Amino acid sequence: MQKVIKFLTTLIFLFVIVVFYFSLNKDPSYQTNSLVGKKLVELNLENFDGDYNLSTKDFKKNNFTLINFWASWCSPCRVEHPILMSLSKSKKLKLVGINFKDKKNNAKKFLNELGNPYNLIAKDEIGKKSVNFGIYGIPESILVNKEMIVIKKFIGPLNTQDYNEILKIIN
Amino acid sequence: MKIIIFCFIIFLNLSSSYAAKKNIDQNQIYKNLRCLVCQGQSISDSNSDFAQTIKLVVKDLIKQGKSEKQIYTFMADKYGDWIVYKPQLNKQNFILWVLPYVILLGGGLVIFSIIRKKRKKF
Repeated sequence: MQKVIKFLTTLIFLFVIVVFYFSLNKDPSYQTNSLVGKKLVELNLENFDGDYNLSTKDFKKNNFTLINFWASWCSPCRVEHPILMSLSKSKKLKLVGINFKDKKNNAKKFLNELGNPYNLIAKDEIGKKSVNFGIYGIPESILVNKEMIVIKKFIGPLNTQDYNEILKIIN
Repeated sequence: MKIIIFCFIIFLNLSSSYAAKKNIDQNQIYKNLRCLVCQGQSISDSNSDFAQTIKLVVKDLIKQGKSEKQIYTFMADKYGDWIVYKPQLNKQNFILWVLPYVILLGGGLVIFSIIRKKRKKF
């Protein structure tokens, strides 16, 4: 009997060590792996001027679409803007910008100053619609295919590495 | 008369239990959702922009008639299981849910057998 107790104690001890080992080596920051491969269904987005509702048809025109969440008040959005301008040159990719909790005039000034990389611009004035995309801060970008399936989610400003990765995926 | 009173009491009980099911405590939902941009705070505890937005979305979902479970599923679907303090049972966390019961049962069996052995000695 004592052998069984010793064996069970060792087993539990080893299990705890293994769990701690893997948990402590795991990146504690928010992961988006669970979103990759999922289909975006509810868009419910109005365009910038409020006279057009974006539908899944807008995404089916191109093989890939990068949905970028941005605002004029967001300084990291300024940092990633040159990357978006470069991506806009690619014919295989469509860029949809979602203006997040922003004022229309400020957003327009932002685009006039830095250039407009977007094929379509939608607005999310309160931020509620962005929850459908799993957004918790900006800038964030989601690469989807024409079936609206999430291929990759980029949290934070896009950098050169992300740029190369996007080009690799779409080519 | 007794039958009428009895039926009335039954009706009151049923309607109150139905109302209890229908009335969702939004604060309870806020407490069970993690603020992803905060350090160890729930949506209920936080005043961050993210928490405020999630509160608005939860209110909307309640208005749409979604149940508490449906709201958690919606949030987990958008932000992953990390957003829910009490994650739902799935393949990844199966062991975590089952193991405490297995250990409890195993421990109980060990204690039972020790006591049994000691009793036999005496």
